[in-house]
Amino acid sequence: MEDLFGIPAPLLFGQLLLGLINGAFYAMLSLGLAVIFGLLNIVNMAHGALFMMGAFVAWLLLDKLGLGYWWALLLSPFIVGAFGVVLEKLFISRLYKLDHLYGLLLTFGLALVIEGVFRNEFGSSGLPYRIPPELAGSWDLDFMFLPIYRAWVVVFALVACLATWLVIEKTRLGAYLRAATENAPLVQAFGVNVPRMVTLTYGAGVALAALGGVLAAPIYSVNPQMGSNLIIVVFAVVVIGGMGSILGAVLTGFGLGIVEGMTKVFYPEASATVIFVIMVIVLLARPAGLFGRA
Amino acid sequence: MATDQRGRMPAGAQLSDASGIGRRGVLGAAGALAAAGGVITAARAQAPTIRLGVLTDMSGPYRDPTGPGSVACTQQAATEMANRGFTVEVIQADHQNKPDVGANIARQWYDQGVDAIVDVPTSSVALAINGIAREKNKVFLNSGAASSDLTGSACSPNTVHFTYDTYMLAKGTGAALARSGGDTWFFITADYAFGHALQRDTSRFVEAAGGKVLGAARYPFPATTDFSAFLVQAQSSRAKVLGLANAGTDTSTCIKQAREFGLTRNMKIAGLLMSFMEVHSLGLPTAQGLLMTEPFYWDLNDRTRAFAERVRPRMPGQAMPTQVQAGCYGVTMHYLKAVADMGAVQAKADGRAAVARMKAMPTDDDAFGQGRVREDGRKIHPSYLFEVKAPAESRGPWDYLKIVATTPAEEAFRPIAEGGCPLVRS
Amino acid sequence: MSDTAITAGSLPAPKAENAVAWGFSRAQFAALTAMIVFLAVAPFVLYPVFIMKLLCFALFALAFNLLIGYVGLLSFGHAAYFGMGGYIAGYSAKALGLSPELGILAGGVVAGLLGAVFGWVAIRRQGIYFAMITLALAQMVYFFCVQAPFTGGEDGIQAIPRGSFLGVVPLDRDMAMYWLVAGIFLGAFLLIHRIVHSPFGQVLKAIRENEPRTISLGYKTDQYKLVAFILSTALAGVAGATKSLVFGIATLTDVHWAMSGEVVLMTLVGGLGTTFGPVIGAAVIVTMQNYLAELGAWVTVIQGVIFVACVLAFRRGIIGELGNLLKVKL
Repeated sequence: MEDLFGIPAPLLFGQLLLGLINGAFYAMLSLGLAVIFGLLNIVNMAHGALFMMGAFVAWLLLDKLGLGYWWALLLSPFIVGAFGVVLEKLFISRLYKLDHLYGLLLTFGLALVIEGVFRNEFGSSGLPYRIPPELAGSWDLDFMFLPIYRAWVVVFALVACLATWLVIEKTRLGAYLRAATENAPLVQAFGVNVPRMVTLTYGAGVALAALGGVLAAPIYSVNPQMGSNLIIVVFAVVVIGGMGSILGAVLTGFGLGIVEGMTKVFYPEASATVIFVIMVIVLLARPAGLFGRA
Repeated sequence: MATDQRGRMPAGAQLSDASGIGRRGVLGAAGALAAAGGVITAARAQAPTIRLGVLTDMSGPYRDPTGPGSVACTQQAATEMANRGFTVEVIQADHQNKPDVGANIARQWYDQGVDAIVDVPTSSVALAINGIAREKNKVFLNSGAASSDLTGSACSPNTVHFTYDTYMLAKGTGAALARSGGDTWFFITADYAFGHALQRDTSRFVEAAGGKVLGAARYPFPATTDFSAFLVQAQSSRAKVLGLANAGTDTSTCIKQAREFGLTRNMKIAGLLMSFMEVHSLGLPTAQGLLMTEPFYWDLNDRTRAFAERVRPRMPGQAMPTQVQAGCYGVTMHYLKAVADMGAVQAKADGRAAVARMKAMPTDDDAFGQGRVREDGRKIHPSYLFEVKAPAESRGPWDYLKIVATTPAEEAFRPIAEGGCPLVRS
Repeated sequence: MSDTAITAGSLPAPKAENAVAWGFSRAQFAALTAMIVFLAVAPFVLYPVFIMKLLCFALFALAFNLLIGYVGLLSFGHAAYFGMGGYIAGYSAKALGLSPELGILAGGVVAGLLGAVFGWVAIRRQGIYFAMITLALAQMVYFFCVQAPFTGGEDGIQAIPRGSFLGVVPLDRDMAMYWLVAGIFLGAFLLIHRIVHSPFGQVLKAIRENEPRTISLGYKTDQYKLVAFILSTALAGVAGATKSLVFGIATLTDVHWAMSGEVVLMTLVGGLGTTFGPVIGAAVIVTMQNYLAELGAWVTVIQGVIFVACVLAFRRGIIGELGNLLKVKL
């Protein structure tokens, strides 16, 4: 058994892989935030709450309707995305002419409401959600046991991120979207229904968060505060990456997951703060973020 | 419960409290609280009223093992102790796991004639109320907090600590397991005082019983949602027992992920602070084989079964009572017996005397059987090491645990001389 | 930008013509008098501990408002300074045996130093980035406080003695403590008012309205922003320090990000960028929590609803709307 930096190599590879898995969640959430920010110019503080909703909808589908994981993977993003569309229509759309900070405050308020309602309804101690039988079990990779479900999370998240990137960069819809980000009135003048596009973009960003929630349900505890635990870290990820670029958000998410995973091996006590420390360093060296435009 | 998981509290678990606004406001709030809590006994003319305030977690992570169930068990005791020459009134409030919220409510309650505060999970809140009860010479009947400081350096002549503490948990699990073959340990520890204390105490008992601690991973609390990195480390240590020195959702998540990573195939998992309520929410397929220490389980003997059946109609969701909830019943029973013995008027006037009377009388209730309250305020009873049954072994709902080992009452808790309680010396 | 700026509550400053004294307009002077009368009478009518709590939060909100209201910077991590002030004061009073005034001073100084470091990092970005950075930095402080030995972890620092003011006046009685708290509050209130109406404050407002133009006028805006940030965090530290002495406990609640959200809510409800808004906002929120305590988690929902309502329909806040109605600046 070979040692790298005093840690057995197999253990290190294992941790690298685990870091990548957590990075998948960071990537999906920061991607959703970046998409929303790009077009709407608001920081969606409710993102964590909507991630949590995604997991809860999966649980509800199973508990009330008997629809399992695969249905949840399909339906939950739609249901939560539709909820996001309603939020955008009812509340967020009224703020576009105001300072962006109002969007932040509004979505923070929405997050409080959503989390509070779920806490009242379901308590805080968490609900059980099982790994689907098709993905149960684990592979013996020599250097570690890799649960099949974790591998699935990484692959699925990568595919979802890639698909989002393709839609934005390579399709006509994406071209409109990018154009509207630069100059909305002009795009509107060309006959594109920009308000509707904004609404749907918010719905799509929210759906990505919900998808993350469904992926997380079988491995993390499904509880009302599962989103707020994650979202502050994701904000730091977004600051590090800079919100200018879709690909940047994805890369930063996966990269920081790995960094965090490595910290858990070498100095676990710091694994919660390492991302914030990196954020400070990046801000000092490159205030616009790694992939941001100044 | 020992830890408070403020970090895991949902966004808005914000500060709120019941400090009074004006005397009229105070009374109005008290009326509202009493109405919400349900005044269980109609006041009888002239008879003195003993007021019990159940201060617990009604909305946070410990709601299920404490919360409304604690209120129900306290009310059960009040009902059983009716007609002793005084009436009993039970009110309730939510301390939201925040010491300043809890302290405010406690001050106000004591000022408004609440004689004893019951339950109080979360050590930080319990320690704050411990001081207030002493200052105001009232009674504090703790069931839910884990800190052994309550009967150690912070012990008070006005406090009884009834159900369990970290020492009992560490000893019940660590010593008993190490003796029965679980002699190599790895810990996953929440990186803060409570986690450290639990790990340290358990290690001591494991080593004293001839076992060995092979390693420990301290994870940042409360920021960790994924424990896989630590679980993989535990696995590669080849220890026989994985000790989880954490609480609440962290413990549940650890267990869930330990099963996912196949740790349960060659390791025993011991939740150092768990109640069977967590087993209930995890489900037997996930929780089977887990080890945990508790002083109460509804299916221990005829008396516990009888108690559980009596109280269940009051319980939220007809649930079986947990150790903390049963402790609320036990401590309230004993307090009310002491009140009946010394007279309600004297008990109301002097909380210290009421607690002294509780210490002078042997305890006996259906949930915990016979026991006593020590000079430092510690209630003494046996503790049991349980293993969670496999789904096939379970004969029905709530049939979750089987006894693996018993620690007798006199050994279960920290020896009185080691606690450093100033009351003992005097 | 000025028509959409976050400080919707502020009307164009009525200049010196109707200023009575110390930069207060006539209406403000009347409000100030009313406030002082309230401070003098309240403890005899209401529960003094409650009023003290209210004043601590009012001071916290005033400190926060100095940034959002007059510089246009939304800090989403002010709990870090509030809570740290509390821990430092608690530790000084309990472990070091310092007198209360020194403990409070130490709380303010340490919070200000922390603010200097964090502010230096955070002012590199504006707007929502600033908010997210301050939130992330505050989260680091939270983790630090969970782990650091001197904070007592999840138990917090308990049974902090109030001690004797200047070593002479024992503060164990609530009324004695009350006068100290009222004095600190009033002093800080006047200090903030003075800062805002100084030439320094005028530059801050210029930054809020149009930073590039302020830079082009030759002001080093980063330095102004940093000084404002330090002042705000130091005062937040004083508020937290005072609160920990009042209640005798310093715990993680006060460093948690929910507390950062709460001070935003107080200021928003009262009126961003108004002189008296934060005080009224703190009073409203603290009173509301007081009466709704038994609702448990619904308090969160109600606060969320208030947030949404304020942002959508009520951006001036109570004092801003009142001032608008009476056509005065409060």
